[in-house]
Amino acid sequence: MSQARIAGTGSYLPRRVMTNAELECLVDTSDEWILERTGIAQRHIAADGETCADLAEQAARAAMAAAGLDNGSIDLVIVATSTPEHVFPSTACRLVERLGLPGGVIAFDVAAACSGFVYALDIANRFIGTGGAHRALVIGAEVFSRILDWSDRSTCVLFGDGSGAVVLEASDQAGILSTHLHADGRQTGLLNVPWGVGQGYEALEAERGTVSMRGNEVFRVAVRTLGGLVDETLKANGLERGDVDWLVPHQANIRIMDATARKLGLPAERMVSTVARHGNTSAASIPLALDEAVRDGRIQRGELLLLEAFGAGFTWGSALIRY
Amino acid sequence: MSSIEERVKKIVVEQLGVKEEEVTAEASFVDDLGADSLDTVELVMALEEEFECEIPDEEAEKITTVQQAMDYINTHLES
Repeated sequence: MSQARIAGTGSYLPRRVMTNAELECLVDTSDEWILERTGIAQRHIAADGETCADLAEQAARAAMAAAGLDNGSIDLVIVATSTPEHVFPSTACRLVERLGLPGGVIAFDVAAACSGFVYALDIANRFIGTGGAHRALVIGAEVFSRILDWSDRSTCVLFGDGSGAVVLEASDQAGILSTHLHADGRQTGLLNVPWGVGQGYEALEAERGTVSMRGNEVFRVAVRTLGGLVDETLKANGLERGDVDWLVPHQANIRIMDATARKLGLPAERMVSTVARHGNTSAASIPLALDEAVRDGRIQRGELLLLEAFGAGFTWGSALIRY
Repeated sequence: MSSIEERVKKIVVEQLGVKEEEVTAEASFVDDLGADSLDTVELVMALEEEFECEIPDEEAEKITTVQQAMDYINTHLES
């Protein structure tokens, strides 16, 4: 069995930045309220006509360049997204064409909401481990601004657009050490988009097609669940609190992130936090944060990273990685 | 072993970042101690951890003052 190692990372953020002050003009909210409860000061918003595939392509190109790869060597593309450009083909298939990858690669999208990137990483890791693929592009890309109700102050302040990517390749060195995925569909009412294309377009008039969330309850389930997930991940690897070098969490809310860091016994500076500048970019948030900390030199080769996410479904998952 | 009152007050001081003398029995978490909605969730979770119990959401909603927190713990905990 080959190990899967991160060969390169990349990310992309749309140019337009929306501050909390701008949101104060749209809904009854305040910069102070948003900052205190979420840690978010601004988010990036895709330009008109800028799609999930556009964002994904930029992050993928950056990751391939960082890995020093030409397009011909990728044989698997997985995109985690809840906001694809088309019902079909998948965003991953669009990227095969746009990136000039060889025809005949494996390409598909994964839907696991905010946990999507960890799910995609786990799948790619298994492909590589069993020899089904040798070099994978794993991408999280979202244009969440398109599925927000901009008159709902409890949700529209939370999310942003962006993308992040990693190139994962077969290696004889240690890479992804363990992954832990979970889902439980019993509380779908707490966080969802109640409309989907399978209901037909007529239903969209009766049903909302935007994000609906009961924030306090999601917060509670998220903090508890992530605490258990951290314990599970450490235990599976025979690790103690404090053994991890970096926590790279899904960037939903600084208070959820801080609670998880405390659970891990990590000081705040050992957690990669982009939530203040990016907001919650759903499946894109982890690879965006990872890329930032790799590029600014915080995360070094050989260090131990814990990636974790919790999202709609509920879905949750973690990956322990020797970078 | 500290009394339940002392333990509850200590958690309120830590979670809400308030002074010990502000944490009177009658003090309301939101109105008097400046807690926001997420603080109250975190506070209940801290109580659950300290007293090794699970407080159901519908019960948690009723705990809005220091006294109510102490009452809940006293009623549901023998130790």
